[in-house]
Amino acid sequence: MAVPRSSKAVFWIFLAPVLCWLLLLIVLPHLDLLRMSFAGENELGDMTWTLQNYRNFFTEPIYWNTFLRTAVFSIITTFITFLLAMPVAFYIVKVVRPRLQGAMMLMLLLPFWVSELVRIYGWMILLRESGVINHFLVKFGLIDRPIEMLYNDATMIMGLVYTSMLFMVVPLISVMESLDDSLIEAAYDLGSSKSVIWFKIILPHCKPGITSGSIVVFMLVLGNYLTPNLMGGKNSLWFTEQIYNQFIASFNWNQGAAFGFLLLLLSSLIIWIGLKLSRQKLGEVAS
Amino acid sequence: MIRSLPSSKKYAFSYGFFVCCYFVFLFAPLFVTCVLAFNNSDFPSLPWYGFSLDWFVASGPERVGIFNDSQNLRAIATSFQTAFWVALFSTIVGTCAAFLFEQENFPFKNLLYFLMLAPLVIPGVILGISLLLAANTAGTFIENSFGIDVPLFRPSFWLVVTGQFSFIATFVALVVSARLRKFDPTLEEAAMNLGATRLGVIWHITLKYLRPAIFGAGAVAFLMSFENFNTTLFLVGSQPTLPINLYLQVRDGSTPVINAISLLLIVGTFALAMVNLYFSKEKD
Repeated sequence: MAVPRSSKAVFWIFLAPVLCWLLLLIVLPHLDLLRMSFAGENELGDMTWTLQNYRNFFTEPIYWNTFLRTAVFSIITTFITFLLAMPVAFYIVKVVRPRLQGAMMLMLLLPFWVSELVRIYGWMILLRESGVINHFLVKFGLIDRPIEMLYNDATMIMGLVYTSMLFMVVPLISVMESLDDSLIEAAYDLGSSKSVIWFKIILPHCKPGITSGSIVVFMLVLGNYLTPNLMGGKNSLWFTEQIYNQFIASFNWNQGAAFGFLLLLLSSLIIWIGLKLSRQKLGEVAS
Repeated sequence: MIRSLPSSKKYAFSYGFFVCCYFVFLFAPLFVTCVLAFNNSDFPSLPWYGFSLDWFVASGPERVGIFNDSQNLRAIATSFQTAFWVALFSTIVGTCAAFLFEQENFPFKNLLYFLMLAPLVIPGVILGISLLLAANTAGTFIENSFGIDVPLFRPSFWLVVTGQFSFIATFVALVVSARLRKFDPTLEEAAMNLGATRLGVIWHITLKYLRPAIFGAGAVAFLMSFENFNTTLFLVGSQPTLPINLYLQVRDGSTPVINAISLLLIVGTFALAMVNLYFSKEKD
């Protein structure tokens, strides 16, 4: 390091746009969100500071029920995604012939490049009452009349698992690639059962991938609007829909801001707990 | 269990079967969408009435194919424009951020880095409403103090670009940073020893080295912008992007023209994915 690498002018060329971006588009808008959530109209119609928006949330059961429901369903979805992604990732990294590995990775990635809307639309065509699956079930005499398979919680969770799958599989694959085969071979030679190998070797090794995958999936599911709205229908009761309703339908931006801030708080809290439990930092997870 | 260990036929078979099912699960909705785009029917459902290109080329009055559907074509054009500007801005700013965090040292660096990662964990819907609120606040403030009405601060094309840029730039920064970390700094030092300026070094050496990563990140940024729904939903004005327009149509009942658009999107994204893959193969 004989030559000083930095010069003042170049430093400012890099810093200025980044600073503008982060301050104007990330920090200020979220401070404004917080400010708006504490504002409201008093009896005279003037704007004042108030806790009313948050009070509404806690006194109206529909609001906090939806909030809790969204949180619990997001956690369940994340867990199901993990259960499904784990064997798939293991198969691709450790089981399948190396020649097929690249092709399988490609096949795995391709559907996720397609817009979420198109994928959900595909499921709607498959599952709805006049859908493709019902058509075949009736044709083969398995059922007498078509059943509505959309608009229930199970379908909605399946849709959420489907749309966020990739963000679990990819970190799991990259972390499994660094797992040394000889560890598994040694355990096998010494007579351990499959479950011991899974719980003592594979899962502990994959912990960083599991954490980062879970955080991303959880965040995406919690903030998802399309899938609950289109696959869950009117019964979906997803919290983002409450936010949308406050903003677009009721035009009550202060209430919507309070809801938005609560959702932000919830997602930050759960991500923070996830990071604490796995003793990781956000920077490590991101890279 | 793994390649080098013996496993029973039954186990190997059922594991393989499970993975096959998984891939069917992945591709079934896309496959069905594409096939039904060619069904000679007024609804995107079975039974099969025969092959038809109506939903691509018909010009009305009963059926309007995508190539004659001006509303959807306009939405596609809007999406292309949005994605172009978002990809351009986020590539420039994201690359600046990569240089800033990889090569410079300054006070509050960690805080700023944390802020840059924040869009990864902020749900898109929240980002959308925050920007909507802030833009509205700024617009009202400027109108009240200077009496100027700035259209940028109302839901509009440029607000959508701004909103998408605010989180896509983070992805570009992470991709370019990863590449920059592998760069050999002695190359820069050699050039500077030989009298090059810092800016000259960056322009002629570092950026050349980063080019595949920057193009790859730009392609991903384009795609992310083209498909974004959550953030756009709150910022969109009178010019809906394609995902918003499709959403409104799907919600209010659908015709196979949506299948036709989906097919074009699937083919387009697969092609872009292949190009991107080709570039990322090259850089390794």
